[in-house]
Amino acid sequence: MIKGKIHMFGDGVSTDLICPGRYYHLRGDLPELAKHALEDADKDFVKNMKQGDIVAAGENFGCGSSREHAAIVIKLAGASCVIAKQFARIFFRNCINIGLPAIEIDTSGFESGDETEVDLKSGIVKNLTKGIERRFPQLPEKMIAILNAGGLVNYIKENSGL
Amino acid sequence: MAETLVKKIISSRTGKEVRTGEIVIMPVDRAFCQDGTGPLSIDGINKLGIGLKNPVNCYFFIDHAVPPPRAELANAHKKIRDFASSSKANCIMRGVCHQIMVEDFSSPYEVIVGADSHTPTSGALGAFAAGFGSTDVAAAMLSGSVWLKVPESLGIEIKGELNKGVAAKDVIIDIIGKIGADGATYKVMEFFGEGLKNLPMDGRFTISNMTIEAGAKTGIFPADEIVREYLKSRGREGDFRELPASVASAYENMISEDMRKIVPMVSCPHQVDNVSPASELGDVKVDVVLIGTCTNGRFSDYEAAYEILKKAKSLKTTLIIAPASNTVLKRLAESEMFRKFVDLGASIIPPGCGPCCGVHAGILADGATALSTANRNFKGRMGNPESFVYLASPMTAAATAVTGRISDPREFL
Repeated sequence: MIKGKIHMFGDGVSTDLICPGRYYHLRGDLPELAKHALEDADKDFVKNMKQGDIVAAGENFGCGSSREHAAIVIKLAGASCVIAKQFARIFFRNCINIGLPAIEIDTSGFESGDETEVDLKSGIVKNLTKGIERRFPQLPEKMIAILNAGGLVNYIKENSGL
Repeated sequence: MAETLVKKIISSRTGKEVRTGEIVIMPVDRAFCQDGTGPLSIDGINKLGIGLKNPVNCYFFIDHAVPPPRAELANAHKKIRDFASSSKANCIMRGVCHQIMVEDFSSPYEVIVGADSHTPTSGALGAFAAGFGSTDVAAAMLSGSVWLKVPESLGIEIKGELNKGVAAKDVIIDIIGKIGADGATYKVMEFFGEGLKNLPMDGRFTISNMTIEAGAKTGIFPADEIVREYLKSRGREGDFRELPASVASAYENMISEDMRKIVPMVSCPHQVDNVSPASELGDVKVDVVLIGTCTNGRFSDYEAAYEILKKAKSLKTTLIIAPASNTVLKRLAESEMFRKFVDLGASIIPPGCGPCCGVHAGILADGATALSTANRNFKGRMGNPESFVYLASPMTAAATAVTGRISDPREFL
């Protein structure tokens, strides 16, 4: 069970906002790069994050570049899960591949600070602060297996292939 | 029943009929990454400690930071060169990965995975070419395969032909404006219709390059005579295999795009789907014009811009010329355009991605406005969240460089 506070973002948050190109030279130093996670969308994001918190957003979260760093910096900032009305395709895959659960669910009514639980097994998101409970369809088996392994690299190691 | 292009390719490569939504393991013909995504792919590969399945079809491009503006990036390049050399993979530094792929490698029916979101550029040649993260590409390099969900397709019927002063760039900006930045998420955009015969190869590259800006997995054009002629011009006619166009009945969802009705279009800050005809924008002062990148840095793009720039005595903006590849740069250098661009004070920068993605060679000042022929205008895209990026065709870019304000190029032709 995942439990944490919501950090809420709007629609169309691009990978340029999540992991700005001006920090390109820090890609070889992920902990340093992660200090700038989502900086251009919310300059206090990293400061306000606690380990296990949940990043929530509206439509088309993670649109743009294929940079896996965008998923990585959110994870390194402490996120246990990302929930959004809709994800951009490459970003979604990247989350799964690095072992960060990404759940498509209606996030309307959610606000920053809301205590929220995400149950991946039963497919339920509970916003305890607002008393909202919403269900999501289970992820495809393959993705669950990749998440359970902690990401694609470990999955391949354990299964000797795809 | 008529089949979509992506299903034709998947079926032909997996040897079985496939259903939309089914998860398939696809053989990968070519896998590549670049200097921004490659080091993570290399880390993934090294963690697994096994060799590349087919190193000759693995490509490590150095294009985002060339030549490297900082020590950290020079070190990333060194890591890539060393790995490519020890693993016997290709290391290439002569232009933007997508342009090199279409010039020298990508072919119809191929499955191409690239750790760069503009990988769909190769879809213009009738390939399945999609962008992935570093780890997916690492896995593809190691296993020679990739898993994917058989996608739905959005059919885009192209009709008519372009009017003077209007370009393929205007077509794709118009389409993205209509369907939105998530209008094709998880889908493939497939092009068909009588108008395709009027869309030359370079224009198709521009369009497929930007299908990701509507969220698409990729964009695929049929492999027709125009593709055959292009491959022939690159000494690769033997790589041609016809991928016949599909028809309207293959598509559950489709839109029609009549090129006769398209006017010069602009994507406004900070979203690609925030579009407007150039003529309706009012007075937008521009500081920097960028003509180039993998979207519009091909020879015909410079020819189009030159039609307007050749009459200019001076420019009212900074002009950056970023050719998509050394092949383009060489042709440019051998043409009369090169001298004119230099005389006008343009900065002709090494083929690569630098200014487009805000890494170097064209970072914008606080409050500055750029008009770029690239593919993205997200906040911060050109290296500064306090700046503004508009996207348009090379002709609109040229007209804007002349006037210092976003201008409709039709008034200059």
